[in-house]
Amino acid sequence: MRAAVLLFPGLNRENDAMRALQQAGGVKPTLVWHSDHDLPKGTDLVVVPGGFSYGDYLRCGAIAGRANIMNAVRAHAERGGLVLGICNGFQILCESGLLPGVLMRNSNLRFICRMQHLRVERNDTPFTNAYAKGQIIEVCVAHGEGNYTAAADTLARLEGEGRVAFRYSDSAGSIGGDANCNGSMNDIAGIYSERFNVLGMMPHPENLIETIMGGTDGRGLFESLAAATAKAA
Amino acid sequence: MAPNEPEMTPELVAEHGLKPDEYSRILKLIGREPTITELGIFSAMWNEHCSYKSSRLHLRKLPTKAPWVIQGPGENAGVIDIGDGQACVFKMESHNHPSFIEPYQGAATGVGGILRDVFTMGARPVACLNLLRFGAPEHPKTRHLVSGVVAGIGGYGNSFGVPTVGGSVNFHTRYDGNILVNAMAVGIAKTDEIFYATATGIGRPIVYLGSKTGRDGIHGATMASASFEANAEEKRPTVQVGDPFSEKLLLEACLEIMANGCVIAIQDMGAAGLTSSAVEMGAKGGLGIELDLDKVPCRETGMSAYEMMLSESQERMLMVLRPEKEQEAEAIFKKWGLDFAIIGKTTDTKRFVIKHQGLVKADLPIMELGDEAPLYDRPHVPTPPKPVIDAASLTPPATTRDALLQLIGSPDLCSKRWVWEQYDHLILGNTVQRPGGDSAVIRIGEGPKGLAMTTDVTQRYCEADPVQGGRQAVAEAWRNITASGATPLALTDNLNFGNPERPEIMGQLVGCLKGIGEAATALDFPIVSGNVSLYNETQGRGILPTPSIGGVGLIDDVKKSVGVAFRGEGRALILVGQTQGWLGQSMYLREICGREEGAPPPVDLAAERRNGDAVRKLILSGHVESCHDLSDGGLLIALAEMAMAGGVGAHLDAAPAGVPAHGLWFGEDQARYILACVEGAAGDVLKALDAAGVPARRIGVTGGDALKVDIDASISVSELSKAHEGWLPGFMAASAKT
Repeated sequence: MRAAVLLFPGLNRENDAMRALQQAGGVKPTLVWHSDHDLPKGTDLVVVPGGFSYGDYLRCGAIAGRANIMNAVRAHAERGGLVLGICNGFQILCESGLLPGVLMRNSNLRFICRMQHLRVERNDTPFTNAYAKGQIIEVCVAHGEGNYTAAADTLARLEGEGRVAFRYSDSAGSIGGDANCNGSMNDIAGIYSERFNVLGMMPHPENLIETIMGGTDGRGLFESLAAATAKAA
Repeated sequence: MAPNEPEMTPELVAEHGLKPDEYSRILKLIGREPTITELGIFSAMWNEHCSYKSSRLHLRKLPTKAPWVIQGPGENAGVIDIGDGQACVFKMESHNHPSFIEPYQGAATGVGGILRDVFTMGARPVACLNLLRFGAPEHPKTRHLVSGVVAGIGGYGNSFGVPTVGGSVNFHTRYDGNILVNAMAVGIAKTDEIFYATATGIGRPIVYLGSKTGRDGIHGATMASASFEANAEEKRPTVQVGDPFSEKLLLEACLEIMANGCVIAIQDMGAAGLTSSAVEMGAKGGLGIELDLDKVPCRETGMSAYEMMLSESQERMLMVLRPEKEQEAEAIFKKWGLDFAIIGKTTDTKRFVIKHQGLVKADLPIMELGDEAPLYDRPHVPTPPKPVIDAASLTPPATTRDALLQLIGSPDLCSKRWVWEQYDHLILGNTVQRPGGDSAVIRIGEGPKGLAMTTDVTQRYCEADPVQGGRQAVAEAWRNITASGATPLALTDNLNFGNPERPEIMGQLVGCLKGIGEAATALDFPIVSGNVSLYNETQGRGILPTPSIGGVGLIDDVKKSVGVAFRGEGRALILVGQTQGWLGQSMYLREICGREEGAPPPVDLAAERRNGDAVRKLILSGHVESCHDLSDGGLLIALAEMAMAGGVGAHLDAAPAGVPAHGLWFGEDQARYILACVEGAAGDVLKALDAAGVPARRIGVTGGDALKVDIDASISVSELSKAHEGWLPGFMAASAKT
C-alpha cells in the first residue's frame, strides 16, 4: 500500500494516521506538504488526517480545501484512486468538493472527545472489507464540528445509493438518541463518494489499533485498505 | 535620553505596582529618574510574578536535586533524565487572574504559555494536565467561569495537538472571586539536545520569532501581582488572546531549527514579554542586550517603546542564533509562515539598551534588573492548630448508604467527565490510562516506556494545617503515580496563595513550603520547576491556600500499569495502610455533617514511603490487577469509583471492632491504597505486604452489580453511576436557562 499523508499547517493527527497505515500495510507512508503540486508517483491512497488546518479559521477545512495539493487529490480521485479523510480531513474533503454536505458545530456546542460505537453499513468497499456488514465497532471521536448536515435531496441520494459508510450507534447497535454524539443527520459518521473510492469520516479509527490503547476496532479500516490495494496491484 | 517623557509622579509609580521604597531603590540603582519605558521595565521585572520577591527566600529551602535531575528551578521548565538518552521536561503555571476576567482566553493562553515553556527547551509536548478551582456552585459567576475555562483549555490544547490527560476540579466559596487555573505541560527531549536561555558570544544577532506584537496583555504580570477589587472586569484589556494555530507552527519551526543546530539560546516571551525574555537571556549569559524596536514586527501602528516592551502578545520567541545559520533558520520560519526579524544584538556592556525611532528609550544595568529585585522576608505567623475530631464522638447524621450516594454526587467528588470530554485526551495514540483515574499514563513514542502524571492538592487540609497540608499534597501526587505502577521521579509546584503582606497568609505559604519540602525529601521526589501566584484575594478575602503539585513518574513498560477499574468478579480486595477513621477536615464531615472543622489527617512520611514502595512492587510483579489510592472521601468512595469504572460490584466485610463504621468508610487517613487481585494471588500479596511491614487486610471481594456494605447499605453500581455522573452535567445545563 503506497499511501500519501497530506500535511497542512495546523493538522495534528498525521502521525497517528501514519502509524496505523504502517502497522496495517507494512510500508511507511509519505508525507506530502500542502503547497506541493503532485502526489508521489504510484500513490494508491491519499489520507487527509485530522487536526485544525489553518486553525479552523474562516471555516473548518475551507482554506485547506483550496490548497495546491487538492488539485492533485481531485485528479487522483477522478482516476479512481482511494482517498480517506478523517475528522478535519473529512471537513477538507467536503470543502474541496470531493464529498457532499458540511460539518456543522456539534449540537451541544462543545468539543467532544470520547469512545464511540459505529455501525458498519456495508463491507463491500475498499475501506470496510475486513469488517462484517452491520458490525458494531468502537473507536473514538474528538471534534467540535462533526454535525453532518446536507440538503434533503443530497441526503436522499446518499441513502438511496448506499453511500453512508458508518452511523453512530450504541454498543448494541441501536441508532439515534444519545448514541448520536453530535447531532448528525441520519446519524451519519462517514460517507462515500459516488464511486466508493473516497471516504470521509469524523471518528478516529487510527487511535484504536492497539489493545493497550483501549481496543483494536479501528485496525479493520486500515487492513481493508491494505487488502484492497494489494489486490489492485 | 528621549524627550517628551511624562513626569515621574508618586501616582505614576503606584500605577506601576511599585512601592515608594522600591522606587527609591530604582533611583539609587540608576542614579537618576527613570524614563517611562524604564519604569515599565522595572515594574515588569520587579513585580511578584516575575521576581518572586515574597517567596524567593523560602523557595530556596526546597529540595531540588537528585541524580536524575538535569535542570531544577530557574529555567523555563524542569528537566529529568528518564533513561535511553531521553529527558522529560515539565512545568506547571498559573493563569488565575486573567481566567477570572476572561475565562476562555485566560485559560487558553495559560495552556499556550506553559506549552511554550516546554518546547522552548527543545522538548516536544506529549501531555497537558491542569488543576482548576472554582467558587461555590451557587455563586452566580461559577457556571460561566467553568464553561469558559474548560472550553479555553480544550480550545488551545486540542488545536495545538497535545492530549490533555489529567486534572483536578474542585469548588469552594473561597474561590468565588479568585478562581485558580493551573496548567501543566510535559514534553520529551533528548538529554543532549536541551536548550537554555543563556546567551553566549558578543555581537550575535537576537532574533524575534512568531506572531506580531500588539497592544494585548500590557501589564499582565503586574495585574497578576495585585489583589482584585470590585472592578476586576475592568482589567479585561490586560488579558491576552491566544492563537493555538500560530503556536503549533511555532513549535514545529522551533524544533526544526533546533534540530538543524541553529540555536544558541532561546527564551519564550511569556509574562512581561520582550522585557523579561531579553533581560533573562542577557543576565544569564553575563552579557548586555541592545534592541532596536523599529525592527519588531508589530500588529498595530504607532506602538510606543513602552507598549512594545510590556506587550504580552502570545506565540512569540526570542533567540540568539549561530550567525552562520541565520539564513537556514529564516528559511524554516518562512516555510511555516512565521515572522522572523533580527531586532538586536548581544553586547559586552552588561547594559539593557532599548532604541526606538533613533532615540534611546532605556539604558539599564541588566544584571541588577534581576539580581537587585527586592527580596522580602515578610512577617509570618503560623496557623493555630485545630482540634482533633474523634470519629466515635460523632453521631452519623445519615446512613452509610445515603452518605455514600450524597458524597459520590457532590461537586468535589462527582465525575468530571463533562470537563475532560471537552479535552482531546486520545490524540497521539499513546494514552494508556485515561482521565478519571489516579494518574494518567502515556506511552513514550512506540514504548514500552511510559510516564505517569497527576495534579493534586487538598486545600482544606492546607488551610487547617499548612505543614500537614503541604506534606499531603506531595504525598498524594506520589501515591497517585505509585498506584499506576510508576516510580515517582520529580514534581512541579504552583503555589497559589492570598496576599503575602498579611502575616497569616505568609504563614500559610511558609508552612506549606515546609511540608512540601519535608515530603519531597522523604519521598525522593524533588521539585524541578514551579510558579508562585500570590495576591489571590478579592476585597480583602484570600483563597484557600492551594499549593498545587504536578507529579511525574516513570514506568519501564506501560503494559504493566494498572488503573482503578475492577477487572471482573471474584477479585479479592485488600486495604493497604492503617485506618484509624480520621474525620477532621474530611469530605464526610463537610458534606454530610456540614462542618468544615478539625485537624487534617497527619501524614506519616515513613509509612507513605514504605506502603507505596510495597504496592508498586506488587503491581510491577503482576500480582495486582487494579489499584486506587485513598484520598478525598475515604475508603468507600474509592471502592465505589473502582466499581463504577469496572461495572462490577463488591461485597464488603463489616467494620472491624475499634473503628466506628463512618470512620472506616469515610475517614481520610493517609498512606492507604485499595488493591484488587485474582483470588489465587491474594495470599501472596498479603504475605509480601506483611514481610515489608505494611499493615494490610482483606476487606471483601468483587462481584454482583451492587456495592454491599453492612446491613443497611446495598447500592447498585448503576445507581452510584447515576449520582456520580449526574451532578456536573445537570449543574452546567442549568446555565443555558439562566
